[in-house]
Amino acid sequence: MRRAAIACLWSHWSRHPLQLVTLLAGLALATGLWSAVQAINSEARTSYAEASAQLGVGQFDELRAASGSIPLARYVALRRAGWQLAAVLEGQLRLPGGSVDVMGVDLLSYPALPAVEETSQDDGIAPTDALLAPGLLIAGPETAQRLEAQPRLPPVSRTQNLPSGVVLTDIGTAEMLLNRRSEITRLLILPDQSAGLAPLADLAPDLMLVRAEGRSELARLTDSFHLNLTAFGLLSFAVGLFIVHGMVGLSFEQRRGMIRTLRALGLPLRDLTWLMLGELLLFALIGGLIGLVLGYGVAAALLPDVAATLRGLYGAPVDGDLALQPAWVALGLMMAVAGTFAASAQALWRLSRVPILQAQGQYAWTAQGLPALAQAGFGVLLICAGFLALVIFDDLIAGFVMLGGLLMGAALLLPPVLSLALRLGGRFARGPLEEWIWADMRAQLPGLSLALMALLLALAANIGVGTMVSSFRLTFTGWLDQRLASELYVTARDEAQGHEIERWLNTRADAVLPIRWTEVQVADQTVFLYGIIDHPTYRDNWPLIAEVPEVWDVVAEARGVLINEQMARRMDLWPGDSVELLPGWTLPVAGVYSDYGNPTGQAITALPALLERVPDLPNTRFGIRIDPAEAEDMRTALADTFALPPQAVVPQAAIKASSLAIFEKTFVVTGALNILTLGVAGFAILTSLLTLWAHRLPQLAPVWALGVRRDTLARLEILRSVALAVMTAVLALPLGLVLAWALLAIINVEAFGWRLPMHLFPLQWLVLLLLAVATAVLAALVPANRLRYLPPSDLLQVFANAR
Amino acid sequence: MRVRLLIFLIFLPLSAYAQGFAGLGSDADGFAVPERGHVLEFPRDHGAHPTYRIEWWYVTATLTGADGRDYGIQWTLFRSALAPYDKEGWQSPQLWLAHAALTTPERHFVAERLARGGIGQAGVTVEPFEAWIDDWRMAGPDFDSLDLRARGAEFAYDLSLAAQGPLVLHGDRGYSVKSQDGQASYYYSQPNFAVTGTLTLPSGPVEVTGNAWLDREWSSQPLSEDQTGWDWFSLGFDDGTRLMAFRLRGGRGDFTSGTWIEADDSATPLPDGLIDVQPLTVTRVAGRDLPTRWQLALPDRALSVVIEALNPQSWMATSFPYWEGPVRVTGSHTGKGYLEMTGYD
Amino acid sequence: MLLNVETVSKTYPGGRPVLDQVSLTLEHGETLALTGESGSGKSTLLNLVGALDHFDSGEITVEGTSLSGLNERGRAALRRESLALVFQQFNLIPSLSVEQNLSFHARLSGRSDTAWLSHLTDRLGLAPFLSRFPEQLSGGQQQRVAIGRALATRPALLLADEPTGNLDETASAAVLDLMLELVAETGCGLLLVTHSAGIAARLDRRAHLSGGHLA
Repeated sequence: MRRAAIACLWSHWSRHPLQLVTLLAGLALATGLWSAVQAINSEARTSYAEASAQLGVGQFDELRAASGSIPLARYVALRRAGWQLAAVLEGQLRLPGGSVDVMGVDLLSYPALPAVEETSQDDGIAPTDALLAPGLLIAGPETAQRLEAQPRLPPVSRTQNLPSGVVLTDIGTAEMLLNRRSEITRLLILPDQSAGLAPLADLAPDLMLVRAEGRSELARLTDSFHLNLTAFGLLSFAVGLFIVHGMVGLSFEQRRGMIRTLRALGLPLRDLTWLMLGELLLFALIGGLIGLVLGYGVAAALLPDVAATLRGLYGAPVDGDLALQPAWVALGLMMAVAGTFAASAQALWRLSRVPILQAQGQYAWTAQGLPALAQAGFGVLLICAGFLALVIFDDLIAGFVMLGGLLMGAALLLPPVLSLALRLGGRFARGPLEEWIWADMRAQLPGLSLALMALLLALAANIGVGTMVSSFRLTFTGWLDQRLASELYVTARDEAQGHEIERWLNTRADAVLPIRWTEVQVADQTVFLYGIIDHPTYRDNWPLIAEVPEVWDVVAEARGVLINEQMARRMDLWPGDSVELLPGWTLPVAGVYSDYGNPTGQAITALPALLERVPDLPNTRFGIRIDPAEAEDMRTALADTFALPPQAVVPQAAIKASSLAIFEKTFVVTGALNILTLGVAGFAILTSLLTLWAHRLPQLAPVWALGVRRDTLARLEILRSVALAVMTAVLALPLGLVLAWALLAIINVEAFGWRLPMHLFPLQWLVLLLLAVATAVLAALVPANRLRYLPPSDLLQVFANAR
Repeated sequence: MRVRLLIFLIFLPLSAYAQGFAGLGSDADGFAVPERGHVLEFPRDHGAHPTYRIEWWYVTATLTGADGRDYGIQWTLFRSALAPYDKEGWQSPQLWLAHAALTTPERHFVAERLARGGIGQAGVTVEPFEAWIDDWRMAGPDFDSLDLRARGAEFAYDLSLAAQGPLVLHGDRGYSVKSQDGQASYYYSQPNFAVTGTLTLPSGPVEVTGNAWLDREWSSQPLSEDQTGWDWFSLGFDDGTRLMAFRLRGGRGDFTSGTWIEADDSATPLPDGLIDVQPLTVTRVAGRDLPTRWQLALPDRALSVVIEALNPQSWMATSFPYWEGPVRVTGSHTGKGYLEMTGYD
Repeated sequence: MLLNVETVSKTYPGGRPVLDQVSLTLEHGETLALTGESGSGKSTLLNLVGALDHFDSGEITVEGTSLSGLNERGRAALRRESLALVFQQFNLIPSLSVEQNLSFHARLSGRSDTAWLSHLTDRLGLAPFLSRFPEQLSGGQQQRVAIGRALATRPALLLADEPTGNLDETASAAVLDLMLELVAETGCGLLLVTHSAGIAARLDRRAHLSGGHLA
């Protein structure tokens, strides 16, 4: 009996292959986009973790020099003072097709490196090869291949334990490779130090101590990027599930009669339910698998851009290659199954309540939703609950709860609001055809509402994320302009050279702005305290978000201190509050400035006042104000006169250019995901229209019979779809802006400690609106075209006598 | 006899050192080899010999505290050459390793240091004499008057060493044979330093006095292929005589050697077969069984003593682990000394 | 002459002829019942006259306009302006209210006449239901709306296909009476397809279709 029942249930799908395809496609799209984002995220996270584990990144405190380079003699001196340190020299090696990061470590003292151990076991590295000239390079397969293609490089050994684009080698080899003899980039402070050592602050006051926990901020920074991706992934998943929900509902509804018959023939409801569940599970697995393939493809296509973005933006090493992880496959399938059942819960619940005897209601599956008013009320309730959560809890989770409530509530509100809008629109209709169009759209609304909700969410997400990314870019570049006001930045080798350079520059540059700072402890947190001279560069450019009157005079006279936004938010210090910078030196907060991307607290005071209290501030870095046209000549002159390495003289334009290049990459990723989510929403509209097709003819045939041409009807079909899409888009705009506001002002502040000002980009909205229209046109094109060339006999079928 | 550098290389974090150096014992490719008849010259030979593969400056001291308790310290600087030359910078083939230990009857503290030659982090200069790695150093105006310092996470010591007699050259005027096959090293000692100074323990500082023994040895081909480990003794007896003795355990039987030093500092080499050592008591140390009580007999000198570890758990948990610690001597002669054991895996 | 059907033939693809050389005429204000068995081609003939379908050969003229010479636009205009249709299934526009349905065709053809429409509404007894939607009405009420919608345009020719076929006997008689009265009042011609001899007898003339031929 069960086999017969299965055959019977299956016959529905073989008679409606399009429904089956749609169902599977919806599942595949949902799973695919979500999995793609997961794959990208987990790949990136794996890369960070790998890098941390394999390169000892973020495990140890470090010493760094403000100039970026520690002389070898300093290392030896600290060693001879008893400190156990491991020297690392890092730099970029130019290769055709992009440079690679060279990490040169003292292999003898550096903590165990998995890459070295693996390579040793596989290839048998002899210390002679690794430590003596020409040395040995260790790299991942892809990077190894690029290195081997170069003449005059040391031999290369392969490992699976290094991220792409990273070359590990002994520090002696790195010196040669990077041409930076006797230089060290950073010193790892190893565990198990001797007892009774002189404090590093006394031995090396000029070196800055960077705590391991400070550097794990990398993860927090990159998290902001992953947050965007995750938001996209979840929304895509939701959009895909709308399709699944619609298709499962339709198929169950259309099989009501069959279900009733089967039960009348003696198949127990419980068996029937199990069969239906089995069917759904099968579809979930098939759709999920297709989705995984899809997701893998999308991820593989996007990952290089994502990797480039992360590498560029945060220096996070991410492999451009995608590895297939079993956990990812399992999670993807689980999401597909869970999503399918979630989307089918309503249909299954209804199935269990189908009475054996009951007339089949034509629109039952669409009409049985919540009454419009109740649905609207529920939507408003969800939105209010979300905001309430934020007001009460005020943390990151509450921020997400608010977002969830907002989006779900808005989606629920959409059909009632559209219905109201259509009713109002109908009032202004002139002529019977117009009246009919408005009325007909309202009639179509229940069948299209799920697809329109999907479109709403997709558009809102696009507006929200787009606004966030664009705001970030605009703010960040504006901030770069302000903060990098000097045309050139130069770092001297040491104090003596610093003075020399300063003297040399005094006659040649418009202004020389020393960059001098010290590390202080404020409320148990490390804060970098900068001393500045009074100069228009600061007065005109520094990006203040809160200030007291005459703030720059106050700072110049050391009557107040400027602090960065991170410090202000973390310690809740604002103009009017006071902060103890050094023991016995307390200043009122004169202003707060934005300092994007900086995980640590920072403060600015007048240099003379700071020198009074910290006389031995290192003086090796300067900003140079000069006619931008002369910047390049000055740079060359500086480098030649003082034999400075290229990275010691940085033109402001180069920093800005590289920052912008990074953002362009981010936009590529965001743009691609935009198109994909909109594509999913468009697909939802198409499937809904096709589903409604069977119900459309009885509505269209009388109008046709009364003298309206088929091509007119077809045009009106498209017009209706576009009108609904445009109305949805118009409603999506405020939702998207609220979403953007939430991301910028709530999520970002909770997660990263700085607030981004929101900028509006009407042109982006226009583009999105056009995209939404295009989506609607494309989706309606198939049914419209079908209508236009429909043989009259099909329309006449509607009038045919029941026999 | 301290040819542990072999094992040091095997146990370096770069675990594949082993392959690169397999067969070292029989192959001294490119490195200088000790020759019989070569005359050692001082103070020049207190310094490093970069053309030899391995070399060390090795101090052990038996001490008594102001608190009346027995202590022992070890200070060792090893030099290992990847190639027979020296050069400035990171790519110098001269590698340095050091071990320091402080032993009490209950505790045994160990620390280890590693360094690259060529950058000044470790090395040896002759006049004035200084052997150093990081902040550990043995230094003085000359070899007879040295300050010795080292520290680890839980201990430190700062001692003054004053030589009480001349250097002792082992074997044939410092040419010391290590196997039946003729492998040899240059080997001399200062067996009698008077020591004063301070130990720093977790419980606080302890003033100590005692005796130190300094070994200098360098070679390029120290072991036969069949030799698996050794037991090494440096003993100072209450009557002023001293004994250095070692046994190399090998597939072809043991190889013993040593030097007998009279109270007047005259030294006599003890060729293979004269010394007899027998383990008496075995102790479980760091997961293996080690003899921590020995019977040592030198019939020529009417010597038959029992040697017992001050702290049987004197395990050196370093890159290459071994046992080294102070011992007490009873029997025909009484005294103190140091014992080192390797190869009991 | 209101309607002239001349030797019209129609064959659906792959089937035998449904109509074979059928000819008939109808004068202004005249009512004609078209009877016949199921499948005799009477609905097909009605659809052809209504410019809803194409015939293979012959000619149909409505108020002197030849249907074979009309394109889609012309046919739609003819349906809109000269003809009106009443179907067995009522075929109201479900998304429009009763009032909107009633006026829909007349406004579409630009011949909306408020007085006439309210007269029709009263006559059909639909006044209480104007704001309702078709699905909220009984079959008889729906068919009255369909009749009202058709006659509101003051068509030259009303085409009715089994207008009472879906109604019970009582409702059927009432609807038919009302329709005939209003047709007479409007002064339009009526071509009514029915299988009922009783109904046919109430019209001016009767033509019987059998096997595609007029008897």
